[in-house]
Amino acid sequence: MIKNISNKLVSCLRIPFVLLAAWASTAAHAVGDLPGGPSVWEFDLQPAASKIAEEQHWLNNGLMVVCAVIFVGVFGVMFYSIWKHRKSVGHKAAAFHESTAVEIAWTIVPFIILILVALPATKVIVAEKDTTNADLTIKVTGYQWMWGYDYLKGEGQGIDFISRLKPGMREMSRDGANKDGFPDDYLLGVDHPLVVPVNKKVRIITTSNDVIHSFSVPAFGVKQDAIPGFVRDTWFKADKVGTFYGSCTELCGKEHAYMPIEIKVLSAADYSAWVATEHKALANVPAGPDKVSALTGSNTVDVKASRS
Amino acid sequence: MSAVLDNHAPGDHAHDDHHAHVPTGWRRWVYATNHKDIGTMYLVFASTMFLVGGILAMLIRAELFEPGLQFFTPEFFNQLTTMHGLIMIFGAIMPAFVGFANWMVPLQVGASDMAFARMNNFSFWLLIPAALMLTGGFFMPGGAPATGWTMYAPLSLQMGMSMDSTIFAIHLMGASSIMGSINIIVTILNMRAPGMKLMKMPMFCWAWLITAYLLVAVMPVLAGAVTMTLTDRHFGTSFFNAANGGDPIMYQHIFWFFGHPEVYIMILPAFGIISQVIPAFSRKKLFGYTSMVYAIASIAILSFIVWAHHMFATGMPVTGQLFFMYSTMLIAVPTAVKVFNWTATMWRGSMTFETPMLFAVGFIFVFVIGGFSGLILALAPVDLQLHGTYYVVAHFHYVLVAAALFAMFAGYYYWCPKWTGVMYNETRGKIHFWWSLISFNVAFFPMHFLGLAGMPRRYADYPAQFTDLNMLVSVGAFLFGLAQVYFFLFVVLPTMRGQGEKAPQNPWEGAEGLEWEVPSPAPFHTFETPPKLDPTATRIIG
Repeated sequence: MIKNISNKLVSCLRIPFVLLAAWASTAAHAVGDLPGGPSVWEFDLQPAASKIAEEQHWLNNGLMVVCAVIFVGVFGVMFYSIWKHRKSVGHKAAAFHESTAVEIAWTIVPFIILILVALPATKVIVAEKDTTNADLTIKVTGYQWMWGYDYLKGEGQGIDFISRLKPGMREMSRDGANKDGFPDDYLLGVDHPLVVPVNKKVRIITTSNDVIHSFSVPAFGVKQDAIPGFVRDTWFKADKVGTFYGSCTELCGKEHAYMPIEIKVLSAADYSAWVATEHKALANVPAGPDKVSALTGSNTVDVKASRS
Repeated sequence: MSAVLDNHAPGDHAHDDHHAHVPTGWRRWVYATNHKDIGTMYLVFASTMFLVGGILAMLIRAELFEPGLQFFTPEFFNQLTTMHGLIMIFGAIMPAFVGFANWMVPLQVGASDMAFARMNNFSFWLLIPAALMLTGGFFMPGGAPATGWTMYAPLSLQMGMSMDSTIFAIHLMGASSIMGSINIIVTILNMRAPGMKLMKMPMFCWAWLITAYLLVAVMPVLAGAVTMTLTDRHFGTSFFNAANGGDPIMYQHIFWFFGHPEVYIMILPAFGIISQVIPAFSRKKLFGYTSMVYAIASIAILSFIVWAHHMFATGMPVTGQLFFMYSTMLIAVPTAVKVFNWTATMWRGSMTFETPMLFAVGFIFVFVIGGFSGLILALAPVDLQLHGTYYVVAHFHYVLVAAALFAMFAGYYYWCPKWTGVMYNETRGKIHFWWSLISFNVAFFPMHFLGLAGMPRRYADYPAQFTDLNMLVSVGAFLFGLAQVYFFLFVVLPTMRGQGEKAPQNPWEGAEGLEWEVPSPAPFHTFETPPKLDPTATRIIG
């Protein structure tokens, strides 16, 4: 219930600003919300597309309500005091400066509130860590500055490719102000999205080829650092079909802002069709150490060259 | 700036010729051993670095005003964010608080100076080559380090020679901090005037006593982390290189073991200042002095066991996440106690709102906002959404800029009559306050929304949906920067030049403490013989 009320409040807040933005941006074509990604004048987390993300929303909203109540309480008292207990209205200072009972009370009560908040959070942490019994396992490798996806186990096994920022967008960025306006998936769209089936548990194993990156997809509530020389894992289960976006969230050098994540969630049938097409396409690519450059086509980035 | 007024008991003429001669010219500053002069130098240094770091912030916000790269390459942008952080933390905030400590601790405990006056001089002058090596990075081949102030491995191994000069600068600054802390600890423990028991000491001294222990404990840890980075870069070690058995995450553990107490190092002295200002302007003693001391001590101790809340996304086992989440949430308890005690001090007091009090109340307001965003980040599942986004940037700017900086402003306005002998201009002080408070919130509150909406930090360019909020942030930031230029030119500079109403010995009706028992400006030498104190240790008798 708290979640619904605060969600509603937060979404109402957007309305005047969206109107303001619409009025203000008459010169250029204004960018719109990106479904599965960020929205304009957004005051809340991106809409959840997994149970874990929903739990995270609930925790965030719940704690914010608790904080808001305490904030109003404390500053209500303080502002009342500022108004009434001023020298200029003639108030004389009282002499008290301690009270053990009061001190104990306002130590114990916050402590109890924290325990009540920590309990549901604990459950979510345990759930986030359980990567067992996955339907599909995908290895995600961070490179400077793109992502590599390897389907290790489950339907689609053997597919692997590199996913890079959509062609043209890096030039758009370099050129600065764009009079045609930026596309809605500016700096989020990729040339070869990750594709997963809906309602299936996907285990993501992360590692890196060079420096630390971080694989982050807000709609699924997923964030896992990609660490060179180590493997970590996390998981998600998308509960809606659609396209979802994420980004690298660990500074990894000069193109850190230019290695987004795009995940297409397909129905079971569409996913099987995609797997079949991918396998056919990859049959023509040579194996071996040059596979990365072969897969990335003509403007290869030398993945080892990383002097920033 | 300091008059040559004698302050010792009548009849004690043996010292006359010894301090009739206040040093002049450059020797006064280069060879300074006087805590007031050294305090002044720290504050001037910190103000300069603050303006340099501020310019870098303005450049960052100019680039981020709109999507697309208008002014800088992404590699230079990363240098800007890195240097803004390093300069503000190590060049502005930390030296400024040391400046306050130098000026006020000996005065407040009734000591003639710091315990080790020459080491005090060395602590300050070390900062000059350190600052040159740090800022000089921009002019070296490859530019300044571009790793973020956290300098994570293995990205730090890819940096040019400025990484090495930064490491050297950090060593120098660490040595300066450690020596300064030794001075503060020994002065407080050994040189208090008779009757100034520890539990009668002003809160600012308690805050610094505890902060000094934190500094001594963690600066060597930072030195370890950056030295390992240096040897990995140049001497063939593999501390952070998995291929040879090392671990990049070990860097993070070592860094944050320093890093978390470091942020408390930057806020505890602020708590101390606020605990002096609020009682003075409420005309009422600080509520719960004993609890306030215990609260600062608990915060300091707890700060050692929370570091990995900066690492929730690294792949920590469940037990680790739970431990660090619980311990981080626990710190909210003593912190809340402090906020309640400040409020209880104000309650049923007799308040006036001169500029120091405005900044003190403003501090509580913005610090609580920053504290709450920290509590939300402490929830590990929520942190998975917010780590590495602008929500974190919002949080730490609220607690560091809004809180630590505002506390310093409160301290400046409160103590500048004692330092300079003149009152600051009250109208201009109020303008500075409201201008700073409003523009600060315009600049940083929207960052919470940017983070929630998914904008990552350390991004030179961003998806276009974030444009409107970024524009608002940039406008607020420019206004905030202007407010500080106004402050230095139109409030601070006049007082340093002696332009203003002559300040009485104690300009504040409700202020108590030994610093108000000496003239304004404070004489070059004070308490050369230990003062005789009344039972509350706030007045000099005889």
